[in-house]
Amino acid sequence: MENLLSIFVNSVFVGNILLAYFLGMCSFLAVSKNITTSVGLGVAVIFVLTITTPANWLIYSFLLAPGALAWAGLAEVDLSFLRLILFIAVIAGIVQLVEMVIDRYSQALYNALGVFLPLITVNCAILGASLFMVERNYTFGETVVYGMGSGIGWALAIISMATIKWKLRYADVPEGLQGFGLNMIITGLMALAFMLFSGITL
Amino acid sequence: MTTATVKLTKSQGYRMVADALWKTNPISKQVLGICSALAVTVQMNTAIVMALALTFVVAFSNLIISMMRNAIPRNIRIIVEVAVIATLVIIADEVLKAFLFNISKQLSVFVGLIITNCIVMGRAETYAMANPPGRSFLDGVANGMGYGSILVGVAFFRELLGSGKIMGFQVVPQFAYDLGYTDMGLMLLAPGAFIVIGLFVWLEHTLLKD
Repeated sequence: MENLLSIFVNSVFVGNILLAYFLGMCSFLAVSKNITTSVGLGVAVIFVLTITTPANWLIYSFLLAPGALAWAGLAEVDLSFLRLILFIAVIAGIVQLVEMVIDRYSQALYNALGVFLPLITVNCAILGASLFMVERNYTFGETVVYGMGSGIGWALAIISMATIKWKLRYADVPEGLQGFGLNMIITGLMALAFMLFSGITL
Repeated sequence: MTTATVKLTKSQGYRMVADALWKTNPISKQVLGICSALAVTVQMNTAIVMALALTFVVAFSNLIISMMRNAIPRNIRIIVEVAVIATLVIIADEVLKAFLFNISKQLSVFVGLIITNCIVMGRAETYAMANPPGRSFLDGVANGMGYGSILVGVAFFRELLGSGKIMGFQVVPQFAYDLGYTDMGLMLLAPGAFIVIGLFVWLEHTLLKD
């Protein structure tokens, strides 16, 4: 239990997937102009990460990892080189499926998330979380917690960014620094703040 | 001599490379593919290897997709593009693991993440789907170089200020440390990457304005 808690806190704050590992920057920069849309995209990312990371764990552990096919009598087969292509296919498939299910059962949620769901397939935070999960040898329980924590961390970062930009809208910024340059520096300062959590030991 | 230079600067290939390096640079102008640009720039070595891997993937994905562009049905083109890109990334990843194992360990998941790098997808979608193979290949190489130029530039400052080295060789002399100079640890951490790239873009925008 303590282990799970520390993975959760680590993935939300210290090892924040955006601020410490730089994943999901493209949509982070593109969407953080508006607070409402940031919240929408943040929720969608939490949702998709919580589902796709464990799904990829199952696929990796039972099909791709060295020796994973032992249940089919093929103990010496190692298909781990296929993980990149299979993970991205799983993500694209699940995003499509989630979109259809939401559309069928919750029209309100679909209207709120609708536009963002297709965008999420190419968000590198989603693929990145699956690859980190393999690299760190997480168990299934750890993977669920890690996927969800990463999603929450990403949502937290994009919502804070949107709020900071809102505060800065009347600031007098030097001309060359406007836009991309300033965004990077704000993100840098935010990353600095998030790193302070590394002092916490659980 | 002069006529040769004029010819060179007027040729289409030169214009494409120059534009991708400077006027339409994928990172600093189009804000694409930043994830990996930040993560692999702690050292010059990893930055250069990453730039080469990306150039390989963009150039060949552009070439292959451009060759197939008349055969790909419009509504499944995204999945075809992703399949081509993913295959090339797997090749790059396996080659790095076989020949440059240490660097491939340092790059960890970021080679795999070239799949979702928006530069690759963006060039396939906007350029390779509409242009012949030769030009698409060149466009891929040019964009890879534009990406690499920012990567290596950022890595140069981060490695120099963060660990006093360039390409792994010590350049800040020992007596400077004896006199009280210390490396700037912030440069090696994530916030350093964001701030350096922010300042870099500021400089570039200011220079380019004239």
